[in-house]
Amino acid sequence: MRAPSTADIAAGDVLLSAEGISLAFGGVKALSNVSFDIRKGEIRAIIGPNGAGKTSMLNVINGFYQPDAGTITFKRETRTRMRTHEAAEFGIARTFQNVALFKGMTTLDNLMAGRTLRMRRGVFWQALWFGPALKEAIEHRRRVEEIIDFLEIQHIRKIPVGKLPYGLQKRVDLGRALATEPELLLLDEPMAGMNLEEKEDMSRFIIDIHDQFGTTVALIEHDMGVVMDLSGRVVVLDYGKKIADGTPAEVQRNQAVIDAYLGISH
Amino acid sequence: MLGVFIETLIGGLLTGVLYSLVALGFVLIFKASGVFNFAQGAMVLFAALSVARLSEHMPLIVAVALSVVIMIALAYAIERLVLRPLVNQDAIILFMATLGITYFLDGFGQTVWGSDIYKIDLGLPKNPIFLFEGIFPGGILIDPEALIAAAACGLLVLVLAIFFQVTRIGRALRAVADDHQAAQSVGIPLNYIWLIVWSVAGIVALVAGMAWGSKLGVQFSIALVALKALPVLILGGLTSIPGAIVGGLIIGAGEKLAEVMLAPILIRLFDLAGGGIENWFAYVLALVFLLVRPQGLFGERIIERV
Repeated sequence: MRAPSTADIAAGDVLLSAEGISLAFGGVKALSNVSFDIRKGEIRAIIGPNGAGKTSMLNVINGFYQPDAGTITFKRETRTRMRTHEAAEFGIARTFQNVALFKGMTTLDNLMAGRTLRMRRGVFWQALWFGPALKEAIEHRRRVEEIIDFLEIQHIRKIPVGKLPYGLQKRVDLGRALATEPELLLLDEPMAGMNLEEKEDMSRFIIDIHDQFGTTVALIEHDMGVVMDLSGRVVVLDYGKKIADGTPAEVQRNQAVIDAYLGISH
Repeated sequence: MLGVFIETLIGGLLTGVLYSLVALGFVLIFKASGVFNFAQGAMVLFAALSVARLSEHMPLIVAVALSVVIMIALAYAIERLVLRPLVNQDAIILFMATLGITYFLDGFGQTVWGSDIYKIDLGLPKNPIFLFEGIFPGGILIDPEALIAAAACGLLVLVLAIFFQVTRIGRALRAVADDHQAAQSVGIPLNYIWLIVWSVAGIVALVAGMAWGSKLGVQFSIALVALKALPVLILGGLTSIPGAIVGGLIIGAGEKLAEVMLAPILIRLFDLAGGGIENWFAYVLALVFLLVRPQGLFGERIIERV
C-alpha cells in the first residue's frame, strides 16, 4: 500500500465537500439540499433512520447517481457530473451494503480486479503476457498480498468468494476497495449483519486503515456504539435532509436527532 | 458399422466446433453485458461477406486484416449507438435492439457486399483423407478442410480462454460480468469493456464465418447458423465458455449421428419418408435438456428466492 497521499491537501483540510446536493427519483426526494464536508484524515460517519438517504449520498459521491442539483468538490476540483470509474481514478473507493463482490472469482482475483486502475500496460502487452506487463503484474500481486496479510484473509485467497461466509465476504469487499489505493474510502454499513466478534474485527481494520495508511474514511453505520467509538464527526440525515452535524456527543444530545430516531408524537 | 459410426462422429464433432464458435460469441457478450445478442449470426454473415468480397481485390491475408478492422468498427458503432443509450434498460429491450441490429446487418451486408453466393478460398486441401484403412474396410474418411478449420477454432478458443484468465482486461471482463456496479466502483469503465467484448465477438464471428464460408460458400443461410447456436447455448448454459464448447460438440456430433444412425431405424420402424432429422434433432435435444437441467451443463444454478 502506498504512503499517505502526496496531494497538497494537509491533514485536517477539507478533502471532499458536498454543496446543496438534491436528488429525486420521480416524485420521491431522496436528498434535498444536503451540504457537508469530509476532512482529510478523519473518520466521518453518516447516520440516520432507514430511508434517510445515506446510501443515496454515498452513491452521489462515487458517481453512481448524478445529483439533480449541487456540486461535489473533491481535492479542490468541483464537479457536477462524475462517472463512477472516474471517481475511482481520482481516489474514491467504496464497499457495498449488500456486498457486491465478483462472486465467481477468487478472493485473490477480486483484489487483483481492484488493481485494474493502477495497471497501465496496454492491451498489446496484456495479450502477450510478457515483458513489462508481466513485471507489472508481479508488482501488483505483491501489493495485493500485503492487503491480504493486513486483513488476515490468507486462508481464503484461492476460494471463490461466492462460497465464503458473509462476514468474510465483507472483509474481501473492504480488501478490494483498499486495493484501489483510495484517498477516500466510503463504507456502506460495514458491520451490517455481523456478529459481535466480526464487528470488533471490522472496527479494528477500519481504525488500522485510518492509522496506518492515513486513509480518510466515510462510513454509514447503524450501530451507534460503533459510530461513537470510531468517528470524530457525525452527519445525521433524515428524510433526505441534514438534521445535525457534529461530534458524536453533540449529535446524541441533539433534539432533532432524538426525535428522528424515536419518533415524535404530535 | 463401427467405422461408419466413428466417421460420422468425427464429422459431427468437426461441425460442432463451428457451432461452439458461434455460441462462444453469444456467451462472451451475454456474460459481459447481460445482453442476449441475437445479431451474432448476422455478424458471422457480415464478416464472411466482407472477407469474401474484399479478397476478390486483394490478398486473403489483407482482406482478413481489413475485415477485423471492420468488425471492430462495427462493435464501436453498436456500443455507441445502441448499447450506451439503452444502458440499465430491461434485458428484453436490449434483446429487441439486437433483433433490430440483426435485420439491419443482414440487409446492410447485402447492400454493401451484394447478395450472391461468394467464395472464400482459404487454400486448404480439399481431398479427403482416409485413416485406419487396415482396421475398417474403406478406412475412415476425414475432410481435411474441416479438420484444419476445427483446429484453428480450437486454437482461438484456447487463446481467448488464456487471455480472459490471466490478463488485466480478462479479469476486468469477468468482474463486469459478475457485477456491473462493483466493477465501476473499482475504476473499470463499462463502455470500454463492452467495446472489447463486442470486438472479440466480432472477431470470433469472423473466424466462424470464414470456416463456414470456405465450406459452404458465403450466402445468406450462414446467418441461420446462429439458430443452431441456440440449442448449443441451452445445453451449455448462457454464461459458460466451456459449456459453449462442449455444447457445440454434443450438438454437432448428436445431429450427425441421429441423421446417419437413427434415421434409418425410424424409417424402418414407422415407415416414414425420412430425412431432415439433422434439422430438428438439436432443438429436441435442447428441449429435453431444458426440462431436466434448465441452467445447462455448466451454467450457474438458478436459485430464485421467494
